[in-house]
Amino acid sequence: MIGSGAAVLGESGPVLDVRDLHVEITTRRGVVKAVDGVSIDVPRGEAVGLVGESGSGKSMTLRAILGVLPPEARVTAGQVLLDGTDMVPLPTSALNRIRGPKLAMIFQEPMSALNPVMRVGWQIAEGPRVHLGLSRSKAAERAIELMRRVGIPDSERRFRAYPHEFSGGMRQRVMIAIALSCDPEVILCDEPTTALDVTIQDQILRLLAGLCRESGVSLLFVTHDLPVVAELCQHLAVMYGGQIVEQGPVAEVFAQPMHPYTLGLLRSAPDVEEVRSSLVPIPGSPPSLITPPPGCRFHPRCGFAEADCQVEPPPLRLLPGGRATACLHYERCAESLEAEEAAR
Amino acid sequence: MSAVSLITVAPEHAQPRRAHWFKQAALMSGLVIIAIVLFMVIAAPLLTSYNPDLQNLNVTLQGPSAHHLLGTDQLGRDTWSRLLYGGRVDLEVAFIAVLFPFILGTVLGSVAGYFGGWVDLAIMRLVDIVVAFPFYVLIIALVFVLGPGQRSIYIAITVVGWVSYARIIRGEILVAKRQEYVLAAQSGGLSNLRIMGRHLLPNVITQAIIYAMSDIVQDILAIVTLSYLGLGIQPPQPDWGTMIADGQNFLTTHWELTTIPGVAVVIVGLGLSLIGDGLADLLRPGES
Repeated sequence: MIGSGAAVLGESGPVLDVRDLHVEITTRRGVVKAVDGVSIDVPRGEAVGLVGESGSGKSMTLRAILGVLPPEARVTAGQVLLDGTDMVPLPTSALNRIRGPKLAMIFQEPMSALNPVMRVGWQIAEGPRVHLGLSRSKAAERAIELMRRVGIPDSERRFRAYPHEFSGGMRQRVMIAIALSCDPEVILCDEPTTALDVTIQDQILRLLAGLCRESGVSLLFVTHDLPVVAELCQHLAVMYGGQIVEQGPVAEVFAQPMHPYTLGLLRSAPDVEEVRSSLVPIPGSPPSLITPPPGCRFHPRCGFAEADCQVEPPPLRLLPGGRATACLHYERCAESLEAEEAAR
Repeated sequence: MSAVSLITVAPEHAQPRRAHWFKQAALMSGLVIIAIVLFMVIAAPLLTSYNPDLQNLNVTLQGPSAHHLLGTDQLGRDTWSRLLYGGRVDLEVAFIAVLFPFILGTVLGSVAGYFGGWVDLAIMRLVDIVVAFPFYVLIIALVFVLGPGQRSIYIAITVVGWVSYARIIRGEILVAKRQEYVLAAQSGGLSNLRIMGRHLLPNVITQAIIYAMSDIVQDILAIVTLSYLGLGIQPPQPDWGTMIADGQNFLTTHWELTTIPGVAVVIVGLGLSLIGDGLADLLRPGES
């Protein structure tokens, strides 16, 4: 069992507490351990970023939390505690009372996540009608108010528009309005800005950050975009091969990564303030999750790997300052950064 | 897919649909044909002064004349009048008959496609069983067992006809339920019933409506065939199938008695098929 640092916990404790979550997907080629012992705390009113490559299990983690896994996937172990209630064993009817009013989700593709033949206003009003028992007109009023809050101009008229009449950024605002419609405690975001233009991305991030501050909503923000995490989140968890390899406060992890994979991610991301001569890609490709490499899953791609890395899967070790790493030789990261500094 | 391309493409795609539906030659000619036919059968009392059932044995088997536009049959009944009133019955029965299999097939197809698993297996095996029989064999057998009449026609057409709708809707739902908006609806805590009814069906019902247009043609043919065989609309009510059957005996001397209702069936069938084709072109995404 992997625990996260005490400093990560807010004063009132985490609103969402994922403990040792395992998700397996049955495929023709074997069982894929898509999520393999992931633990994340989301403190009340704060934003946690979950970062990793495509296929590292980020989206599966989110879908497992919500209980909307594809039919071939299932949770094999672990708990998802929302306000102390474990959601994993709950039947759909009970989950439907949580999804929406307590836990909401924003998707990557705002076009495909909106019903193309339903007016956007009614899509926003649907949650309040079902979960809060509002009348048609009251729900419509609420939807118009929400559209105004997320910055959709002329919301009375746009209420009756269809999704295809909106631009990408406006559609994502609609998605945010839907997520907010029942005043949830936590919003799960699955790369909500990836499909958008950079300028629009920034607007949406500011909007999300502002709304969270206003209403005290917590965010679990999945992305592969490190600058986005830096802008929005207080905490960061890095996922690799279905496991969390590093955790900690965003600023500190960025300043001093303690896992070679995090270091690789930072080096492969373009940085405006500090123009590097070249981006350094991480060599190799993500591990097979049907037959993961023995020991540390990152060792075949790791420049610092030694013999002991191949023996046993390294546990996520707690470090001072609310940080945690699964690297046996994490000091190497600091040494490597210093050497780089010295060379310059 | 970039956000920019979506913005520009979407309105252009939406515009021609509404603006140019009347430019569809097939749809327009089908609509005109069916509108004329419907007007004629609905306004039948205005277009003819003869009672279609009134026998006048003094004027049997006459050719077209000023009194009898299309002549008379072997019992002296006005053919024009029987054609109009017969069309009334046939079209009414066909339009009602298409509704039941449409509803039943759509509901069962949605359930099968959405839930999958054993529900899907059970419903689709039922479909296979019905499909294994030729359409007319099953219809005629059912009406024969249930006894002739309109009620039996409705039941038989429903029992045999729902399978096509179920197959179409199931296939569409299988694709649509993988869409992200369904996942989003589930994530929003909506019930399965609500997701099926409010989110999936409006997205997939188009295909069933298109099919229903061609299905009405099949239903009219089935009704006419059953009546021809004496299992459908019962005399003295006029009906195209009965007219064709009655006229058969005089085929060598008065071929028009059989031909006129036959041509009427062909014209209605053509009109409905054209509407079906036109609608398909209009509503199917990516073909406008």
